[in-house]
Amino acid sequence: MNRMRTRLLVVQVLVLVLLAALAVRLWQVQVVRGPEFVNRATETRTRTVIVPAVRGQILDSSGRPLVRNKSRLVVSVDRNRLVRMRDSGVKVLGKLSEVLSRPVSQLQRRITPCGPDVPKPCWTGSPYQPVPLDEKVDTREALQILEQQEKFPAVSAEIQAIREYPLGEAGAQMFGYLSPVTEAELEKRVGLKATFSGVDLAGRDGLEYFYDEELRGKAGIRRVQVDRMGKPLGVEKEVPSVAGHHLVTSIDARIQAVTERALQKAMKSAPAADGGAAVVLDARTSRVLAMSSAPGYNPSVWAGGISARTYRHLLSEKSGKPLTSRAINGQFAPGSTFKVSSVASMLRAGYPLDGQYSCPGSVMIGDRAFNGFRGIPLGTLTLHTALVKSCDTIFYKAAYDQYLKDGGRTPKKHVAEVFANTARKFGFGAPTGVDLPGESHGRIPDRRWKKETWALTSGENCKRAQTGYPEVKDGARAAFLKRLAHENCAEGFILRPGDSANFSIGQGDVLVTPLQLARAYAALVTDGKVRSPRIGWAMVRPDGKVVKTIPVPVVGRLPVTEKERRYIKNALSQVPSDGTAAGAFAGFPMDQVAIGGKTGTAEVWGKQDTSWFASFAPTRNPRFVVVVMVSQGGFGAETAAPAAREIYEGIFGIKRPAAVRDGKPVSELPTFRPDGTVVPG
Amino acid sequence: MTGGALAAGRRPFTRRVFGPESAVWRLDVVMLVAVAALLVLGSLLVWSSTRTWAPGSTGLLWKHLLNQVIGVALCLAVAMTDYRAVRAYAPVVYLVSLVGLGLVLTPLGATINGSHSWILLGGGFAVQPSEFAKVGLVLITSMLLAQPVEGTDRPRGLDVLLALVAAGITLVLVMLQPDLGTALVLAAVTASAMIISGVRKRLIALFTLIGAAGIFCVFFFDVLEPYQVARFTAFVDPSVDPRGVGYNSTQSLIAIGSGQLFGKGLLGGGQTTGRFVPEQHTDFIFTVAGEEFGFLGSVTLVALLGLVLLRGLWIARHCKDRFGTLMAGTIVCWFTFQMFVNVGMTIGIMPITGLPLPFVSYGGTSTFANLIGVGLLQAIHVRQRAFG
Repeated sequence: MNRMRTRLLVVQVLVLVLLAALAVRLWQVQVVRGPEFVNRATETRTRTVIVPAVRGQILDSSGRPLVRNKSRLVVSVDRNRLVRMRDSGVKVLGKLSEVLSRPVSQLQRRITPCGPDVPKPCWTGSPYQPVPLDEKVDTREALQILEQQEKFPAVSAEIQAIREYPLGEAGAQMFGYLSPVTEAELEKRVGLKATFSGVDLAGRDGLEYFYDEELRGKAGIRRVQVDRMGKPLGVEKEVPSVAGHHLVTSIDARIQAVTERALQKAMKSAPAADGGAAVVLDARTSRVLAMSSAPGYNPSVWAGGISARTYRHLLSEKSGKPLTSRAINGQFAPGSTFKVSSVASMLRAGYPLDGQYSCPGSVMIGDRAFNGFRGIPLGTLTLHTALVKSCDTIFYKAAYDQYLKDGGRTPKKHVAEVFANTARKFGFGAPTGVDLPGESHGRIPDRRWKKETWALTSGENCKRAQTGYPEVKDGARAAFLKRLAHENCAEGFILRPGDSANFSIGQGDVLVTPLQLARAYAALVTDGKVRSPRIGWAMVRPDGKVVKTIPVPVVGRLPVTEKERRYIKNALSQVPSDGTAAGAFAGFPMDQVAIGGKTGTAEVWGKQDTSWFASFAPTRNPRFVVVVMVSQGGFGAETAAPAAREIYEGIFGIKRPAAVRDGKPVSELPTFRPDGTVVPG
Repeated sequence: MTGGALAAGRRPFTRRVFGPESAVWRLDVVMLVAVAALLVLGSLLVWSSTRTWAPGSTGLLWKHLLNQVIGVALCLAVAMTDYRAVRAYAPVVYLVSLVGLGLVLTPLGATINGSHSWILLGGGFAVQPSEFAKVGLVLITSMLLAQPVEGTDRPRGLDVLLALVAAGITLVLVMLQPDLGTALVLAAVTASAMIISGVRKRLIALFTLIGAAGIFCVFFFDVLEPYQVARFTAFVDPSVDPRGVGYNSTQSLIAIGSGQLFGKGLLGGGQTTGRFVPEQHTDFIFTVAGEEFGFLGSVTLVALLGLVLLRGLWIARHCKDRFGTLMAGTIVCWFTFQMFVNVGMTIGIMPITGLPLPFVSYGGTSTFANLIGVGLLQAIHVRQRAFG
């Protein structure tokens, strides 16, 4: 018995040791490493689902939708989860191919990320993002997937809001578009990463980009508890999403439509036309009423993901780069529309407003004769007539005189540069600050610009001055280019007499955007204040409360007195009836609505002229400014002016229903009901 | 066998059970309270782990309570019997258990949850003869090894041989199912009976060697099913295949670890509710305790088990005859081995084998067998004070 008791004692020690081992290990697992396992438990037990906020709509000034949402069922595959499966998801894809009736190989290719060795079709997006496989599933197919989640792990069919564009192509560049958030953006934009759902879209370009934050709203988070099969058991935590604000713009859908049509027609009427833009501003406020750019495209190609082919096409030369808004990025020499600035420059240089000026067929500028339009002398003119008849030589001479005053080729230490500085005060040479991204500056080619450009280009020019252009076949042309290179190398930093003359009539190196021109005219024909145009008018909460009104900042004053402004305006008022645009406006009921404006025909080396028409109406008390530009459109009077006429006919209802009431832009924000719908005005 | 016992046998049943000299009043209260607490904890954990998937909001709770009631009745009935009478019936019990194991291998046997170790009784009830085989083996080895060589306190060589043969037959039958977990318990039971009974250390060393060689052969000749080998590999490194065999151990660690100090409260375990740990009402029930009762709760559970074990050893030491001492010690070793392997596998210090946690896991036959074990310990205890 004693031996037994001894051995039992050994057993007892063993039991105690084992119990102690369990207790120590439990302490280690539960207390020491507890927090680590809590995290891992949360990871395995919950799925965080980002609930995207409903994106706000973009509305016109009467509350009509310009960009709205519609929902669509989209089937997408989480490639990350798929590849981690035992069979790399072959089985799941097989089942999916049955439901969607598409070959497995096609699905397989669609989800493979693009790479140097991966041919199309492949996935161009981020590898972290579920790949939308089929954007056109019907409800039956989607239900098959949704109801048997365990059979389709990593596959989701969800209702996704996509953008819809009731106006079709109209204003596509201005509205911008949405595309999936890229990884780089996630890194860059703090706050975006936390609420990234994988199907999140970010505003690209246009208003969608500029007002992205407000339109986007705040994504919600739903943390769902799941069991080991991934079946949801319940919601552990829910932060509801906050819908984005609606953006009420000053765009008038009807004017926009009219403008779009007029521009399209103008493009068709000019055989060589390769691009155009039309801008309609509220003359008094510089709010944008319509903005069109041609060629256009249908923005619905972005909805639900754009195909790589379509995207390449949109970027290509062949399609005419329809993504570019010519209204803010089209930089062209403004031609005679620029003369309003030159008249103001003359006045600032001391030329009398009521003076008489001779308009010969040509004037000597430096050692070269500069001809007016077809070299026809127009006799002695007032500035008024000079604008109406679009005399060039008066402006040549004035600009050249100022150039000489500044010292000509050898400038004085302090140059006045009246013409360039006045142009700047008209808002040229700098972005207007409109609420769109990526606006162009335009260009005022003054003495400093010449120097800076020379510094950048002299190396190449000076080399070419030595080597010539052996690759150019045409001997005469090669010789010309070599001479030009030599000239640019030797004295490219000097503002030449010809440069100053060209500048005065909006030719040569001066470039403006249609929007710059429009706001300059708006200032000129109203209160002389240069404003930064705005498309956005107000942010409205989905329940109809106006959260913020977007003001139009005044950024400068025209360097002309009220009397001078009125004088110029009166001159311009005569152009469509008696001046260069008389042909385009023949038969227009000027007694109902008098139109004022200025044609412009800018020469482009090696191309057709740029056709311009900058205008306003009614002349007595202007409410609208319309600027039309057609690149390679020929004479301003032949292409741009008829388009502007058509826009005015649409606005005021000449031979058709009017786009606006009482001949005025909408001046009151639309009123919203508490449910967010618009009270019809 | 004195006159008192015989006289007691002549008295009416009620007086025998509840009279002032009844064995009921001499039961070891400490162990009973510990076992009762474990049974209550067990039913709570079974409820928590089965309510989400079994029909009705109470899951398998009622069935489990019914099993417990039957088990307690068996326990008390065994406790009331004279263990020395049990000794006489040991060979019968053993042979019955062998028959049970044999029946499993006939068409009467059924496969539940992948292990072919059941006999269906109809009406949703089933028995697992391998659980009773543990009791049978405890009895037969204790009986054989309790008889010493005249004048010494070591068992006879023939008895040792017979014990080995008895254990061997049971083992083979269990391995044919195959049920590795039970086989290991049976081996442990045999080994501990040998050790406690006073078999020479040399002999024990020899058996250990033979055992080791046997294990080697098992691996070498691929006797084990591939999944069993995989479980051992996964035990060594659970990250080898976290979604396959490592899944169980990873998930049970996560469940237990996430309970931290105080646990998430009864029914509050997200891992349990989500059923991330498989078999969490049977073999992995300790994970539910770990997650919902935390470190404090799971250590209490281990402590209660420890109390049963230490109390059992106390009974063994205070028993005045070799059979009682040996049987009590062997039962404690059975419980110890099963508890340590079961808890150990959930916290990653033992490989995963299919063994229920004594008194806690869901399962009728194992509850019966464990409570019969407790009944035997009580029977030994009761008879010491009465006849000491």
